[in-house]
Amino acid sequence: MKNHVFRPLLVVIGLVAIVLIARLFIVPKDFGVWERGYMYGWHRKSNEEDWKAVKVKFQGREYCKDCHSEQYSQISTTPHAIIQCENCHGPAIDHPADPPKLTIDRSRNLCIRCHSYLPYPTTIRSKIKGINPDEHNPGIECVMCHNPHKASKPK
Amino acid sequence: MTRRDFFKLSLKGVITAGLAKGLFELVKPEHILASTSNIRRVFLIDAHECCGCGLCVKACKLENEVPYESSVSRTWIERYVMTKDGKVHADATNAGRDGFTSTKIDLGMGKYKDIKKEDIDKAFFVPKLCNQCENPSCVQVCPVGATYQAADGVVLVDRKWCIGCGYCIMACPYGVRFFHPKYRTAEKCNFCYHRISKGLKTACVQACVFGSRKLGNLKDPNDPVTKTIMTERVWVLKEEYGTKPQVYYTNLSMEVR
Ligand code: SF4
Ligand code: SF4
Ligand code: SF4
Repeated sequence: MKNHVFRPLLVVIGLVAIVLIARLFIVPKDFGVWERGYMYGWHRKSNEEDWKAVKVKFQGREYCKDCHSEQYSQISTTPHAIIQCENCHGPAIDHPADPPKLTIDRSRNLCIRCHSYLPYPTTIRSKIKGINPDEHNPGIECVMCHNPHKASKPK
Repeated sequence: MTRRDFFKLSLKGVITAGLAKGLFELVKPEHILASTSNIRRVFLIDAHECCGCGLCVKACKLENEVPYESSVSRTWIERYVMTKDGKVHADATNAGRDGFTSTKIDLGMGKYKDIKKEDIDKAFFVPKLCNQCENPSCVQVCPVGATYQAADGVVLVDRKWCIGCGYCIMACPYGVRFFHPKYRTAEKCNFCYHRISKGLKTACVQACVFGSRKLGNLKDPNDPVTKTIMTERVWVLKEEYGTKPQVYYTNLSMEVR
């Protein structure tokens, strides 16, 4: 083969080799086709572990039960028993270590998420006891009169 | 060519071919055969039991660190109100994060329409989240393998690998994907992978007051969610796209898109 053909060919072969070698270093070892096949399963396997390692923030009411047993048993006898503590008290995360104190949402806005009456016949919403927030003591926090752990009647 | 030369040449050829194959290797069949998972995560949503409180949206944002004040969310609540004159009204202010507290429908641009009780035929709420499709179109279009389906059916996004091209956001027929305001990579519901892999409920399922949202394993015939899906009337969204969505609904209506 003549030199002027052979040289550019060498250059091309060299470039291809560089790309392939670079790929060997850049692409992680666990990057490949996994359980769901080539179309859906092409990924870096260790990313599944990355996601599993995310911190859990909402611990669930059983986490609160032992230290706050009084409140836990009190609310258990009311219709509010179906509400998670953390829905109002915020995520426990590692409480009491971190954070030592939770930020409680005592706002009217929290209560009227369910208790602003909506006349929607085809949902459970219309079966929840509710008020019209524009008429029922506007501007006053619900917790001034109602105890959410006892629910129903004003305290 | 002597016999000796021939063997030398063959050996060189085999070594080069072997090296080349190692470099080009993308498909490893043993990985595909290795695990046939006995878990298939699915969701079951009862639209009748959703009261529109939005506590699930609040919990999801806090659990998954989606900036609370931003308008994007991994899950959202839509409200549908059908009136006697045949009209369909729908809204989802702030993804439903603060619940639905008034009969006024948000028309956008600061305009509202109040709908009176007498005018309502049906009205209900529909929680939405990623369908963890069996044939996820979002995964098909990803040019770099940053979004993929795990063995249990959950579709995940690799934040290190995502180049932010936005193809998947365009490809999802359900509009569940968005860019994470902080990481600037594609983001979506992943059934709280960090929770379900530890045997916990997802944040939204745990927060849901009336049990409207449920997580299940379709490969477990004794799972109550599986029993409902197999033996009762269930509905999926936008079946015509062929993505085989795995979030099932009961008490839905055809107006829901
Ligand atoms: S709902 Fe959208 S984002 Fe989720 S798996 Fe299906 S196509 Fe992908
Ligand atoms: S499963 Fe998790 S990520 Fe998905 S909507 Fe529920 S809380 Fe959000
Ligand atoms: S927490 Fe449950 S009831 Fe409340 S909006 Fe979400 S799905 Fe509906």
